[in-house]
Amino acid sequence: MSLILDKINYFYSKGTAFESKALKNISLSIPDGEFIGLIGHTGSGKSTLIQHMNGLIKADSGNVYYNGQDIYDKDFKMTELRRKVGLVFQYPEHQLFESTVIKDLLFGPKNIGLSQLEAEVAAYGAIKAVGLSEDLIDASPFELSGGQKRRVAIAGVLAMSPEILILDEPTAGLDPAGRTEILSLLKSIKDEKGITVILVSHSMEDVAEFAERIIVIDDGEIKFDDEPREVFKHAAELRKMGLEIPQCTELMGRLADAGFDVDRSCLTTEEAVTSILKCLNL
Amino acid sequence: MLRDITIGQYYPVESVIHRLDPRTKFLGTIMFVVSLFLFKTFWGFLLAGAFLVTVTALAHIPPKFILKGLRPILFLLIFMMIFTLLMTPGEVIGEWWIFTVTKEGISAALFMGLRLAFLVFGSSLMTYTTTPNKLTSGMESCFGFLKIFKVPVHELAMMVSIALRFIPILLEETNKIMKAQQARGADFESGGPVKRAKAMVPILIPLFVSSFRRAGELAEAMEARCYHGGNGRTKMKPLKYHLRDLIAYLALIGLIVGCVFIP
Amino acid sequence: MVNFDKVTFEYIRRDEEGNVESINKALDEIDLDVKKGDFIAILGANGSGKSTLARHINALLTPTEGTVFIEEMDTKEEENLLKIRQKTGMVFQNPDNQIIAGIVEEDVGFGPENIGVPTKEIWERVAFALEKVGMTAYREKSPNNLSGGQKQRVAIAGILAMKPECIVLDEPTAMLDPKGRREVIETVTELNKKEGITIILITHYMTEVVGADKVYVMSDGNVKMTGTPREIFKEVELLKEYKLDVPQVTEIAYRLRKEGVPLPECILTVDEFMQCVRS
Repeated sequence: MSLILDKINYFYSKGTAFESKALKNISLSIPDGEFIGLIGHTGSGKSTLIQHMNGLIKADSGNVYYNGQDIYDKDFKMTELRRKVGLVFQYPEHQLFESTVIKDLLFGPKNIGLSQLEAEVAAYGAIKAVGLSEDLIDASPFELSGGQKRRVAIAGVLAMSPEILILDEPTAGLDPAGRTEILSLLKSIKDEKGITVILVSHSMEDVAEFAERIIVIDDGEIKFDDEPREVFKHAAELRKMGLEIPQCTELMGRLADAGFDVDRSCLTTEEAVTSILKCLNL
Repeated sequence: MLRDITIGQYYPVESVIHRLDPRTKFLGTIMFVVSLFLFKTFWGFLLAGAFLVTVTALAHIPPKFILKGLRPILFLLIFMMIFTLLMTPGEVIGEWWIFTVTKEGISAALFMGLRLAFLVFGSSLMTYTTTPNKLTSGMESCFGFLKIFKVPVHELAMMVSIALRFIPILLEETNKIMKAQQARGADFESGGPVKRAKAMVPILIPLFVSSFRRAGELAEAMEARCYHGGNGRTKMKPLKYHLRDLIAYLALIGLIVGCVFIP
Repeated sequence: MVNFDKVTFEYIRRDEEGNVESINKALDEIDLDVKKGDFIAILGANGSGKSTLARHINALLTPTEGTVFIEEMDTKEEENLLKIRQKTGMVFQNPDNQIIAGIVEEDVGFGPENIGVPTKEIWERVAFALEKVGMTAYREKSPNNLSGGQKQRVAIAGILAMKPECIVLDEPTAMLDPKGRREVIETVTELNKKEGITIILITHYMTEVVGADKVYVMSDGNVKMTGTPREIFKEVELLKEYKLDVPQVTEIAYRLRKEGVPLPECILTVDEFMQCVRS
């Protein structure tokens, strides 16, 4: 399974006075089982880009290939793509609408034509995958806590058994513990099911810790597409784009500049501590 | 698609129409709408049309922008025109199955369509050239006399202006919810009317919930900023008539007189 | 400036017949004393009662038990209401849901209009407030076309125009990108330093807190920890128990210290770390 975006261009409000280019010549290849971080400031084109990946937005020029098939072909089944490329929007709990959790979870699987039994199996699998207790299955989604609602919403997409899971700021508004829980959850989903996870985030610390590859988008263009270590070497450029580098990477860079023999590309506190201890021979 | 709806939005450019007193624009819109129903011949449309074109040009608003704003009501327009076309009795010129088309029907449908289009065009000119806040104070002052009858004029005007401000936000929200449900395999485009109506539930419920949440938060934010109704409130931009308003009223009276006496 | 005296607040849920179904203590005998000109930060997990506390400061909520005083004015007394709300402005999380007018300057003027400021003075205040938050260039724009950080700055200007003595910000950066977050934090820090306005900042981002004069940590409706950022962030383990965190650099220093590296207790910023290393 693979997803390839080839020279995608897209305009906002095409054909009006407000026309502006949202995506410029985007080419990307999304393989199996990768944890990808997508960063860029608000309005850089991230949301538009991820909506191209499951066909919610159609490019003005360029192609998207899913398993080699052009998704803009007339006989291409869009529902199949929507099923395989799950998209969790920002504040996904705002899209819950059913009277019970289980009904909401069944919405996706039933839309893609699963039988009641298959759908229920998928729903129970999903609720387990997001770490929620099955006791909540008959509760009203509107009565859950914020963090629980968010998990239900993510489970709603997981229940469609996607092969790529895209999440737009899944940790927004959560406290530090809640953030870590969701992120570890995504990591385990990726590791256990081999699903590719694309995490759109404003937290450099989070993508540094979890992503194996980072795509930086600015002004509708891909500026970097590389391993986190490589991407975060470009502190000055990232700042110019309204982004940051993780605090620990900044610290290690400054230490290295000051003449210490430490690894300036450290991405987590763990790595930083090890590297400093090594430098001090402790 | 949804973001293309421009009715009720402010179009920020500098123009003499933008500078007119909101009361002038509000009463003027009413006068314009009245004038649309005063004439019975095609010449009236020419006059009203000329008036609209002049105002649009003076307001520095691209006509394309306004015409695009009309698009959402196109369906209603066509529906009403067809309805009038088939329901007006008179000299029959064509018959098909249970439908009859009459000469009177054609002219009635044409008139109705044009009137409605002019009406929407004219009133959207008002909202394009007046900020919601000014519009509120204009309406508040025009309907001020109703306060004697204990009508909460200020509160109503405030409601209207907030509704206008939230139209684009709610449209975007609708769009987002639709996409989110589409991402979960929802299909809004195929099936019969019953299926389509049912498919709206996953959009409408989240939209209601979020509208209530927004309303609650907004009310809280307003309260936190000392909002307590119209009592003891001052205005940042108090209303003041200028010479240009007099000219505008004269032009409007001219339009009405013209519409009455046109052959 | 702001005084909480054993404040308890209960959310009471009733069923359809009006019988009490459950009582949820959102605040449990809270004592709080904020001095004029202080920069206060409040930390706490989701549902810890932070927002409920914030809403008590400008009388959007009043205590079930206990009293809140804003400069000796009891928030429960109806006649103090406008005065209290003018003195303590509030900025909320969602920038879209707190901007009332369709034009930036009209929104900033909304507060002064409500408290009956004369027209001429409203204009002066609006100009001053927009200048202070660096949004003068946008005064005639529609808020819908602004970035999240800019919208929050407009919201802050709207409060400033009411000449407040204290601004309460309830997770103002939760919905913003890094640049927007920085803009908002820089703006409030400057207002605190230059205008002497008391700031009460509620946030989930630990790095935004390091510059505060005093930090309160809330959990389950109680204030569990009080102190300077240095006193708070040295309790790395305890904070994690309260579902919080410390800045990465603080964590690194903490762990290095545990391994025997001679660093001072509790380092808060990268600059500080570098200074310690040099000396």
